This record gives sequence, structure tokens and C-alpha cells, in this order.
Amino acid sequence: MRNTYIPYPVRIKETQVETEDKMLKSFWLEFLNADDAKAFDYTPGQFAELSVSGYGEIPIGIASSPTEGEDLLFTVNKVGHVTNRLHNMRAGDVMGVRGPLGNSYPLEEMKGKNIVIVAGGFAVTTLRSTMNWLLHPDHRGDYGDIDFVYGARTPGMLLYTDEWSQWQKRDDVKVHITVDQEFPGWDGLVGFGVDIVKQIKPQPDNAVALICGPPIMIRFTWPVFEELGWTTEQVILSLENRMKCGIGICGRCNVGGEYVCKDGPVFTKAELDKLPAEY
Amino acid sequence: MEAIAQGIREAAKKLLSQGAVDCVIGFAQGTVPMRDYPYFAYTPEEADNLTWSRFCCNNLSNFLVRREMGEAGKVAIVAQGCVSRNIVGLIKENQITREQVHIIGVASPGMVDRGKVQALFPLKTITEVTEDGEDLVVKGKDFEERVPTKKVLRQNCYTCVQRNPVIVDEMIGEESEATHGGNIDKVAAPWEKLMPEERWEAFSESIKDCIRCYACRDACPLCYCHVCFVDEARPQWCGKTQDEADVATFHILRAFHCAGRCTDCGACESACPVGIKMRGFTSKIEKDIRELYGYAPGMDLEEEPPLSVYKPNDPQEFIK
Amino acid sequence: MAEKILAKDQLDQFLGKLAEGREVFAPQDVEGKVAWAPLEAAADLLWDFSNSDMSPKDYFFPQTECMMRFVNKADDEMGMIMQAEPELNTPRALINMRPCDAKAFQVLDLIFMQDEMTDDFYWRDKREKSLLVGLACNDPCPTCFCTSVGCGPHHETGLDVLLVDLGDKLLVKAVSDKAAELLAELPEAEQADLDQAAELKKAAEDMVEANVGVATDQLEGREVMELYEAALWPRVAESCLNCGTCTYCCPTCHCFDIQDEVQGDEGRRVRNWDNCMSWLFTVHGTGHNPRGSKTHRVRQRFMHKFKYIPDKRGGEIGCVGCGRCVQLCPVNIDVRSVVNDMNA
Repeated sequence: MRNTYIPYPVRIKETQVETEDKMLKSFWLEFLNADDAKAFDYTPGQFAELSVSGYGEIPIGIASSPTEGEDLLFTVNKVGHVTNRLHNMRAGDVMGVRGPLGNSYPLEEMKGKNIVIVAGGFAVTTLRSTMNWLLHPDHRGDYGDIDFVYGARTPGMLLYTDEWSQWQKRDDVKVHITVDQEFPGWDGLVGFGVDIVKQIKPQPDNAVALICGPPIMIRFTWPVFEELGWTTEQVILSLENRMKCGIGICGRCNVGGEYVCKDGPVFTKAELDKLPAEY
Repeated sequence: MEAIAQGIREAAKKLLSQGAVDCVIGFAQGTVPMRDYPYFAYTPEEADNLTWSRFCCNNLSNFLVRREMGEAGKVAIVAQGCVSRNIVGLIKENQITREQVHIIGVASPGMVDRGKVQALFPLKTITEVTEDGEDLVVKGKDFEERVPTKKVLRQNCYTCVQRNPVIVDEMIGEESEATHGGNIDKVAAPWEKLMPEERWEAFSESIKDCIRCYACRDACPLCYCHVCFVDEARPQWCGKTQDEADVATFHILRAFHCAGRCTDCGACESACPVGIKMRGFTSKIEKDIRELYGYAPGMDLEEEPPLSVYKPNDPQEFIK
Repeated sequence: MAEKILAKDQLDQFLGKLAEGREVFAPQDVEGKVAWAPLEAAADLLWDFSNSDMSPKDYFFPQTECMMRFVNKADDEMGMIMQAEPELNTPRALINMRPCDAKAFQVLDLIFMQDEMTDDFYWRDKREKSLLVGLACNDPCPTCFCTSVGCGPHHETGLDVLLVDLGDKLLVKAVSDKAAELLAELPEAEQADLDQAAELKKAAEDMVEANVGVATDQLEGREVMELYEAALWPRVAESCLNCGTCTYCCPTCHCFDIQDEVQGDEGRRVRNWDNCMSWLFTVHGTGHNPRGSKTHRVRQRFMHKFKYIPDKRGGEIGCVGCGRCVQLCPVNIDVRSVVNDMNA
């Protein structure tokens, strides 16, 4: 049997500081062993434990999409012991990846439906993965209209600029990028993500919404959807909690009886409404 | 003892019915033998559950800094000598104010060491223990024996030098003799007779059963740090494993953090699920503080804690 | 297989066979405590004891367990790459395990070995290489409540063999076929032995039934949030010290932490028992704590055992009624009262 605690060894291929505050850094990782790359079979919405020997592991959503090839992309917020160390690592360094872990966005069930994606701050990571999946020529035809709403505090805090700029040029997706206030040189939308949702008034018929962002954003965004007639079953959220094992044993990510690491991180709002808000 | 318990109940009822306090912290009878437990009475009716016995082994002053309900309000607390000394300590360390607490003083009868009682009946299940005068009546499925209470008191209660509370708002029952007659230095002294390597060996032996549940820390009114050094992650001062170095680090550092503050209340040992005698570490430090600075913690509200203030004539011979 | 008989004066021979290719452990009198330790001789076996002070879970889930090692040198060819620790070398036999503790392992199997991904290598390794020989309880303690949580003093679940103490001999019942060879040569039990064992079982069950138990019949039907928001929690939490005693003595508590440690060129990844009573357990890197209060944490432990695990694992309760936490909690938080309040 395979020991699912042992990370796959990977090498950092490329890194990039993503934001003006330098707190978010992206890492492209390549597997050292070809078999491991095959075994790491993932779907957008899943996460992995990034392993830095001597420092520990940290659960991070997978920002790449399997449609992009075997290399993995992670964007990491510098907030603790492991992530501080990670930010100091460079291309060529060896680390580990354990996963893929958790459930994913319900891409199968979403087929044939209109999709509204609302991302706030750096929670956009697994939604980048999702967008790449949805927009891939093999998949785009499976889904209806796509609205992508992405907001950050400032233009310099927006991730993946190169990519959403490309998406903006397509006519099969509506991309709404917004920042909190006016900034010199910014000619895009201004306002919170929730304000944009109010403007575009997504319709609930045959639709699903993926919302990822800080708890406060979710708190303000849901009522807008509710007003438009959406049900809690149609709204899909992704949780973060402290994790260690990542496979539903060690107990710290529990929200009620659910393990965020195994039963989640993706839940519908309807599911979460039945659970204690311990996240 | 029952008269004292009755006195506590009456005092509590009066305070609660007059609205003088929001809550009275005392003890209630436990569901297992020799384990009366901290109880919070909010109404005069609840005050009927209060008790007082030789099985009241927790240090209630701990709850003055660990409560979550009604934290703003004034509370009354049942306090014998050591507990009152810890209240003084908490006031001096600015954790609480004198005005926040109403102290219902009692003389300590000396508390029972459950481990000692169990040791008298190896492998037997004790089903009931009651106090009868100066004896305990210990019952099991197939036995009933009287044990003189004096034989099974906690070690710290033998060597206690302050059975009566040092500050009170009201006293229930009479003051007792100040001490139980034991010599605290005899507890501390064994370490001094040992060579350094023997000390380490004896220390290692004494912590070998530790499961790092931290009950000793969590039962201690001195350990109110929001983040204890063992929980600190950046930097991580102490490893999390059962390796001897990690376990020893915890016990040594905790003992030193208690220096000049520990009242030898024994709550740590009473809380320990595996019977570690951590007073063996603190008592030697307290002896040093007494000898070097002539200071015993929590005896009055005025005297300055020697490790918190600098004086030009502080002893410094130990600095080498 | 029919029940067998093992005379106590034949135990040394039996243990000799048991020890062939195995390390044997048993609860023994260790400096006045009942503790699990390597067994040297049959004479060290205890027959009149309630249970070990601590649960034997650390034979499968040690309090500190090295999971993997690495060479802490970036320029080494295998540097920084995690390598699995070797598997357990010698199989084990655990003898005179109480039925509640064995039942706990069966509950933990449901958690440690759920599916292909959630299949704890370290747990499975030791579980598969261990033979569990149980000793039925003929004289349960007043704090035992096994019969009210789906277990019992002569319960067999989780065991390979159950022994029933009949005085100078033991009734031996094969529960799994793991020990068939060991038991093959023992004489068969007489009807009188079986009758005596049945009587002992009935008497022991009656004894536990007479104790305070827990009622859980209402819990399944209640919504999580109804129980979560019940008024009892702040009062339960009030005296709680948030220490780890209840979780560490508990045979079913299984939460853990994983940490890396480095010393010079050697590094390892270790897991250690952890517990939901600690505020540190859930706190996020940002400082936000989903279980920020003592009430949150105390509630979690009882909800986990009596609501979340049953809901998630086909009704299995995360408690076997061993009573250790009742005996050891420094502030006498009695699981029986708490659960009965939840169920009320």
C-alpha cells in the first residue's frame, strides 16, 4: 500500500512575486519522478500540502489546471513558519507536494449551466484553475455563460494579470476585474466585487455560483444573490481551516462532522448552513 | 467540616440574593470519590450545591483569570490560605483588582492525596470515601476501612505554613493553627544532597510518566499567560515530542516561571493524571527565594516581589 | 471454533508459543500503577485489576511517532527528500486487553482506514501485525458505562481472542482466525465452563447496567445546530481547565499534530498526539481562531464523540465507556452527565 503521508518530491521551476506588498508569491513546481506526475491526478478546487523539509507542511489550493500540463502552480501568502521559508526558496530548490487533497468544484454537475465566479483577494487561486479548465477548448462547450468577477484592494494586489487580460479579449466569457477605489492609471472597474454582482445581476435560472474570498466578502455577497432569487444549493464556497494530515483524520479542520480537508474544502452554502461556523 | 460547608452556603446565598456578587466560586461534591470540583453558583438555589471537604484540591483562584462567563462582574470565592495567597499574587501581578473579588475565607483542613489513599489499596477499586472526624472511611466492593486523614494528606498540606487566608472579606469558621507542622525545607532539601548528575537522574525519573497534557499548568493560577512558552510557535522554544529533552524543558521552564510566585498550593500535583510530583521542582526554587530574599509569595499586598524589582543590595553571589 | 480451556498453570507454555515471532505486552503492576509493559513471565499477568490507567492506544498510535526522515542537506543527492520510516519489524501480541479498549480500536479503524487516500500507513501497519487477546471484565468499576455505548464487559469486537477468567483456568474463545494455530492444541471447554462464563458475563453486564450510564437515543434525530447551540455548554466549559487529560487517557481520541524537527544533517517529520482542548489546535496563521473560546473547545470533544462520529460512521459512537476520563479529569467533568444533558 502507498503511504499517503509521504510527499512527492518536486523541484521549484519558477517563482514570481505576484503582488505589490510582496506577500504573495507563485511557485511553478515540476515533479522529480514522471510516475508521481501521473499519480497526481487532480481537479480544480482541490488542494495539496506543500512540504518544506525541516519546516513542515502547509495546505494550499492548486492554482494550475490539469489542462495546463503536469507542472503545478501554487500561490502562497507569507503568513507563517512554512510560508515564510517557502518565500525564501528559489528555482531549483527541492521540496514536496502531497495530494491532491479534498473534493473539487462540481464541474460535472455544472455542465450545461451558466456560471458566475466571484473571487476576492488571493482566494482567486483555485478559481484560476477552474477558469483555465472551463475555458479550455475541450470543455468550454460543456458550459453556458460565464461571468468572472474578481476584486482586489488595489491594482497591484491583483493576481494573474497576464491571464485575465487574455480572458478579457475572448468573447465567450465576461470578465469583470475591479479594485476597491480609484487608482492612477487604473481604467478598469472600481468598487467591491459585491457591487459588481449587483450591477451584472446574475440570474439564478440554470446557474451556479462559485464564491471564494475573505469571510466578510462572502457575508456581503450572499444577500445579493439571495435577493436575485438564488438558493443556497446554487452557491458554492470553499473553506480554509488549519490542517495537518489533509486526509480526514487528525481532527483540527473539523467543522461539525465534516473535515474541510477531505469532505471539503468545497461546500454548498446549503451544506454550511447546517454546520457550526467554526471556520 | 459540614458546619463550614453550611456556613459557605449561607454566605453565598446572602451575597447572591443581595446582588453583591454575580457568582460564587466554591466546590461541589464530585461524581467520583475524593474529587470535589470547582462549582460556580449564580443563584441562591445553586448555592445549595456548594460544599467544603478535604477533597477540594483545585486552586479556585485559577478561575478568577480563566472564566469566560460574566467576566466583568464581581465574584465571591472560597479561599483557604494558599488560595488567598494566590489571589494576592494575581492582584500584585495586575491580573485582577481587589475590588473584583469578595473573599469567603476558610481555614484549610489539609486536603487528601487521592494517590496515597489508592496506594493503601493496591489494584482495588475504591467506590466511596467519606470523612468521619479525623478519619476517612474508605469503601470498596468487598472492604471498608478507616484511614487516619493525617496519613493521607497531600505533602504540601503537611508543610503548609499558612492554612488561614491572608486576606478575607468574611471568615467562615475559626482560624486554625497556622501550620500542619511539616518542614517545607525537607521537601526541597533532597535535591541539595544530590550530586548534579544524580539530580538529573532523579529529575528524569520523576517526569518519566509525563503525558504532556499540561494539566499542571492549566490547574495553576500562576499560569495565566495567554500564550504559554510551550505553545509558542515562532520561535518554538520547546519541541512537542515525548523525547526526554522536550518533556524536561517544559517542566524546568515552568518551574522557573513560578519562581517567587508559587504558594505551594499543590493544585498541579492534584491535577496530574499520572502522579508526577512537580512540587519537587518548585519547592527548591521557593526555598532559594526565601533564603536569598527573605520572601514568601502572596503573604501581603504591599511587599514587592523580589524578582520583579531591582535592589542594589540584591544577593548576587550565585552569579558566577 | 469451539471454546477452549487454558489452565492458569499452563500459561507459561501458552505465552511461550505466543512469543514465537512476537513481542508480548500486557497490563502489569508497574510501581503501583497498572501500565502496559513488555511481558516477561506469566506470573506478571494481572487478573484482578480494573483496567490500565492509560489506554493501550499508543501501541498503534504512539504519542510521538517518527513518520519519515530526510537528509538536511540541499546539496546532497537525496537531500530534503522525505523517506518513509521502516515498518514495524516484529509482530506484537497484546494480552489481557479489556474489551472496551479493543472496541476502541475498531472505532479508530473506521477513522484511520477509510478509503484509498485516507489509509493511515502507520496505524494499519501496527494493527495488521498485532494480535489482541482480551480479558473479559468480571468485576467492572463504578465508572464503567460500556453497555450504554454499544460495548460490554465480555464484548468481543476488535479482539482476536477473548479470555474469561474462571478462577484457576481461562475460557478461551477465538474471535478471529488469527490465533487458530495457537489455540489448536488447547482442550475444549466443558458445558460447565461455558455456563460459568455465561453467568459471569450476565453478572458483569448487570453490574455495569446498575452504574450511571449514558443515554444517546435522542442524539441521532437532532440537528447538529440544535445540539451545538444547547444551553449546557457554557456551564460544562466553566470549570474545564482545557488540559489534555481526557483526550490523552481516552482510547478513542486520535487527534494529532505533525511537526518537522532538524538536528544537524538529520531531519524528521514527527507526529504527536494533540487535542481539541488546546486553543492552539485550530488557530489560523492569521490569528483567527474558529474555536476561540473554552466553550467551543469543550463542546467539540463531546459533539465529536457523540454526534459527529455517529453521524459520519454509521452510528458508531466515539466512546467505549471505559470511564478513564471520569476518573482522571482534574475538575470532575463527567462525560456521563454531559451526554445525558445533551440527550435530555
